Amino acid sequence: MEKYTINHLRELEAESIFVLREVAAQFENPVMLFSGGKDSIVMFHLARKAFFPARVPFPLMHIDTGHNFDETIKFRDELAESTGTRLIVKYVQDSIDSGRAVEEKGPNASRNMLQTVTLLDAIEEEKFDCAMGGGRRDEEKARAKERFFSHRDDFGQWDPKNQRPELWNLFNGKKNVGEHFRVFPISNWTEMDVWQYILLENIEMPSLYYTHEREVFQRDGVWLAKAPFMELKPGEKVEKRKVRCRTIGDITCTGLTLSAADSLEDIIQEVAISRVTERGGRADDKRSEAAMEDRKKEGYF
Amino acid sequence: MSGKESGYLDMELLRFTTAGSVDDGKSTLIGRLLYDSKAIFEDQMEAIERASVGKGGEEVNLALLTDGLRAEREQGITIDVAYRYFATPKRKFIIADTPGHVQYTRNMVTGASTANAAVILVDARNGVIEQTRRHAYIAALLQIPHVIVCVNKMDLVDFDQERFEEIKADFSKVADRLGNKDVHYLPISAKLGDNVVEKSKNTDWYNGPTFIGLLENIPIEHDEDLSDPRFPVQYVIRPHAEKYHDYRGYAGRVAGGVFKVGQEVAVFPSGMKSKIAAIDFGGEEQQEAFPPQSVTIRLEDDIDISRGSMISDAKNQPQQGQEIELMVSWLSETPMALRKKYMLQHTSNEARCMVTEVIHKVNINTLEEITDDKSVGLNDIAKIRIKTTKPLFFDSYKRNRNTGSLILIDEATNNTVGAGMII
Ligand SMILES: Nc1nc2c(ncn2[C@@H]2O[C@H](COP(=O)(O)OP(=O)(O)O)[C@@H](O)[C@H]2O)c(=O)[nH]1
Ligand SMILES: [Mg+2]
Repeated sequence: MEKYTINHLRELEAESIFVLREVAAQFENPVMLFSGGKDSIVMFHLARKAFFPARVPFPLMHIDTGHNFDETIKFRDELAESTGTRLIVKYVQDSIDSGRAVEEKGPNASRNMLQTVTLLDAIEEEKFDCAMGGGRRDEEKARAKERFFSHRDDFGQWDPKNQRPELWNLFNGKKNVGEHFRVFPISNWTEMDVWQYILLENIEMPSLYYTHEREVFQRDGVWLAKAPFMELKPGEKVEKRKVRCRTIGDITCTGLTLSAADSLEDIIQEVAISRVTERGGRADDKRSEAAMEDRKKEGYF
Repeated sequence: MSGKESGYLDMELLRFTTAGSVDDGKSTLIGRLLYDSKAIFEDQMEAIERASVGKGGEEVNLALLTDGLRAEREQGITIDVAYRYFATPKRKFIIADTPGHVQYTRNMVTGASTANAAVILVDARNGVIEQTRRHAYIAALLQIPHVIVCVNKMDLVDFDQERFEEIKADFSKVADRLGNKDVHYLPISAKLGDNVVEKSKNTDWYNGPTFIGLLENIPIEHDEDLSDPRFPVQYVIRPHAEKYHDYRGYAGRVAGGVFKVGQEVAVFPSGMKSKIAAIDFGGEEQQEAFPPQSVTIRLEDDIDISRGSMISDAKNQPQQGQEIELMVSWLSETPMALRKKYMLQHTSNEARCMVTEVIHKVNINTLEEITDDKSVGLNDIAKIRIKTTKPLFFDSYKRNRNTGSLILIDEATNNTVGAGMII
């Protein structure tokens, strides 16, 4: 008899595609959050497979802090263009200008937290009833408790101690007017799975993920990119290094890895032997033991 | 499949859930697994070291790896299901770590619903207690294909073989009665690492595999129902492009059996017959599809199919009916109400239903049937009968976990309040 089994990547793929199709079927106006990082890129790739040969039946939305790597924006625009997908961009700067969000000050200032304001406003404005994100449970301990279908009250808040039980593959997307869902189609993927899948499917990635020479400086043991809006602290000095990104987010809090990896195979090797989780490089998570839990409760990605 | 799908891109995926009473060592065991399989990254380690010291602890507390929410760390307990991941060169593992206390039965049921294996911890000093029976019961109720009984804290009973054999005999009596499938027994010390990843020098009387060895080698290829072809339609794909003008594909995940191009199928609720014209996946055609693949099926005939329809083999068809008996695990603080209307989700189908009878409740500690008290509240398990507003197309849960499971939703709160397993 033939062996009817599939490997771990194909099983994860099948699960994510199932979730994406549930979203399209259960919600009236879903949106896919797109940061330009590897997790969003993989999530979007899965969406394209899920609905092929039809187009992806929902738009992409980027919550833009204005503090980007140029490569991210270029990649984002080209991807939306080439796949015929509607792209919505919402700017944190607009939230600041309208007084909805207040800019942090000082050398550690980051617009990462402010994204929540812009995101929740956008969800309300565009009347989205579901926002899909590329969050993974292995990223961080608060995320480890997250559901695939995660209910948000009308303030956009997450109540981790009072989550709906999620059984089998039966996803309950029922809600009242004004509430919405966050859905995480790649919940069960690890960083390693993501890279292996990118290799398997030969998915095009922004050049930032591969080694390149860049002006960087070190802060609290983390390498950050030099950028016009980054204030240096006394003692910090800019130098040229060969680096690559392990995650891509706001430039002010995306830690870079010293690396010579210039192929997917190299990256996978690097991930395999890495002793630091990818978020170890994210200054936003270092703020406190429960930093992510607190941000998520308020409505962060 | 491409040539790349070999080597490290080609591992199996095993999902397991952990159950044990409070302090039996679940979190420690999982921490140990992650630690010893070198999956604990350095920064997570540093965060734990900080937190352990903060709590006045001396050694690194491995349990802090899994207890992620602030309230959990503060109270030193696990409240919610936490998902953890690790891999060996052979398999990738997804762990649903669930709290063991009675009040969290619903979490255990949640973790068990998708598991290939249940890991049940028993404290070697306490042996098989009420809670152990409850965990065995849930594993049997949820039809988890494999059960691994870890007799933990063997270091506290001097790695005594007799004690291990005694517990093993006690548990097998329970398992025989409940019908637990494929039960394995291991003497371990989660804290010290004996028989977790490395074979213990303290148990030379034990010749079985280590915990990790067992997880890596349990055969899982028969965990899915490969006999009954079932395909619940999730979504209809109709591209608005000239090139695909006549394309009409039914997107879904195979819930059972093997579908092949050319196969004669029946479609429910209409009962109409057709043949499979093609099986598509992401731009490529494949000759067959089986669980748990997500594919798109095209049929030779244009028949009325929408979300909630079920495609099955023409001869091997699901049962259908509106009066259904099931075991229910109640998940809500608000007790179940007779004759009240609930929403029901079963595969991709939705209906409304009413509980017409509570046949009996189960005392999950003694495993006795309760017939004199029929109130069903949080964490209760009961056999009930429901009546639905339209027919469901199902199999018994014992036969197929995908087409035999359903959830009940409270219409007022939209909360998932019941997990049902069709008898
Ligand atoms: N001596 C000994 N202690 C253990 C062992 N496993 C766990 N413990 C201890 O038992 C206590 C409870 O463990 P924990 O993992 O939090 O239990 P949980 O409630 O099942 O998650 C902790 O103090 C552990 O250090 C073991 O194998 N031997
Ligand atoms: Mg615990």
